[in-house]
Amino acid sequence: MNINDIHSILLEKFGEAAVGSAPVEATDPWIVVSPESIVEVGTFVRDDERLQFDHLNDLCGCDYFEPDEKKAAKFGHDPHIEVVYNLSSIELKHYLKLKVILPRWKDDVDGQLPEAPSVSTVWKIADWHEREAYDLVGIHFTNHPNLRRILCPEDWVGHALRKDYDFPLEYHGVRGR
Amino acid sequence: MSLTIEDPRVVEFDVQTDEMLVNMGPQHPSTHGVLRLLLRTDGEIVHECTPHIGYLHRCAEKIGENLCAPQWIPYTDRMDYLAAMNMNLGFALTIEKMIGMEVNEKARHLRVFIAELGRIASHLVGMGAYGLDLGTFSPFLYAFREREIILDFFEDICGARLTCSYVTMGGATHDLPESIDVPDGLAALLKIPKGGHKPFFEVIEMFLSWLEKRVAEYHALLTNNAIFIKRTAGIGILTREMAISHGCTGPVLRGSGVDYDLRRDGEPIYTRMYADYDFKVHSAPFKDAPRDVVLGDCWSRFYVRMVELVEAIGIVRQSIPKYQAAEGSHKDTFKFNTKLPKDEVYLETECPRGQMGFYVVGNGTAEPLRTRAKSSCFCNLSITDHICAGVPLADVPAVVGSLDIVMGEIDR
Repeated sequence: MNINDIHSILLEKFGEAAVGSAPVEATDPWIVVSPESIVEVGTFVRDDERLQFDHLNDLCGCDYFEPDEKKAAKFGHDPHIEVVYNLSSIELKHYLKLKVILPRWKDDVDGQLPEAPSVSTVWKIADWHEREAYDLVGIHFTNHPNLRRILCPEDWVGHALRKDYDFPLEYHGVRGR
Repeated sequence: MSLTIEDPRVVEFDVQTDEMLVNMGPQHPSTHGVLRLLLRTDGEIVHECTPHIGYLHRCAEKIGENLCAPQWIPYTDRMDYLAAMNMNLGFALTIEKMIGMEVNEKARHLRVFIAELGRIASHLVGMGAYGLDLGTFSPFLYAFREREIILDFFEDICGARLTCSYVTMGGATHDLPESIDVPDGLAALLKIPKGGHKPFFEVIEMFLSWLEKRVAEYHALLTNNAIFIKRTAGIGILTREMAISHGCTGPVLRGSGVDYDLRRDGEPIYTRMYADYDFKVHSAPFKDAPRDVVLGDCWSRFYVRMVELVEAIGIVRQSIPKYQAAEGSHKDTFKFNTKLPKDEVYLETECPRGQMGFYVVGNGTAEPLRTRAKSSCFCNLSITDHICAGVPLADVPAVVGSLDIVMGEIDR
């Protein structure tokens, strides 16, 4: 089943408010889903007989931002955060990429993490992947059972995979640079 | 059910002990790296097991944003340092998929040869170290003896033993050598004079046929050993549904009875590599399993690795004549500073420990906007708290060891 078929199934089920366009010219086309409906869409694509995306291969956050003002003109993306869900079906052996687009900061207030609902109820592994995305990219997953840092220490400041991340000069008395 | 004191057999169970928090690790001989397991125990029984990771976190993804693709290849080595060749291959294929590159036939068979040799080396460690977790030392020594010879081959091929950085975009850095000195270890095992110089593939064949005979020895030492079966069969049971929902891959998934292998079921760019090869994907339940074995237990996961090892020997054998017959060069041109298109690509390959995924977002420059490494062990480790609940303390190493984790890959 190709991306256009999946896209029309999702459009029919959830409507245009929830499911955005699918760029077919990309190597791995994706479907944009609104943050409010990602849990419903996820549950649907997992349980639907035609789709059966029961395996969440990867969930990752990506920061689209260019801190250098000179390069920013050539950057070509509006600053935003993406959560990418790579799914596959063990039974039907096909792939799907879903995306949730978030602002870099919630309500454009610096330091307020953007929010997306947790899909750890749909795929169990999302629990750990979301903790990693929270830790490194700085995305707050609402309704997550245990949203704590996973790779960095609990008292670490900042989110390392943000493009404007400041490297700390020292941590607990250990010089960084 | 209420227990009464009258029956002397249940007195022992009636003893109420206090709950205790036990820290296992961060450095524990059976955790294969720096992993801290926080165990909540009641007497001998573990009620809760929480893994804490991150001690080896080296920010590989952040570094990847400041390096061009060929420069990041050595970082993939250091993630899964026991299967560096397979990790190189995964990242190289991702970049090739992104720029629409297809390697020629010679490089393709060379990669199959090298990836399967890496798989053998990795499964040997998986087997030997698991035996060590359960308290048997000899299989560990045998496994490392064999693995050393494969590493000697790697040294002859690319100069490095562990972190090879050999497979790269467009093929591999060097061609395979025509002839090599027989590794001293192999010469000693085969009882032939040291220092002999022989054609490369002849030495490989000598090694493979010797290794094939040794596998029977491993089965006698571990797989069919009564103590080993007692320690692994029916322990740490992972159901099919739970394995899929927790994103488990590789031998862990196949040990739970899911017949899924990316070499056969993956994306075309990867399956094309294995298209003309004849191999089988093995998944539990096995016909020759001992009586106590349950689908998805530690023994099944271990046995999947063992049969895959034999299967990999077969694939290496098939790749040799194909490589020799193929025309072309071992490497197509890939410029050091090749600009990545404004596109994003995700690709998973079947590494020895499971499906390793790379996600690369290009931005029109040589340095990607985002490089993401999704590691198989990360997902496999996340099930420990589910399958460790209710097992005796002594079985925790058996359960964790059966997942065959490498912490460098989890923390990246």
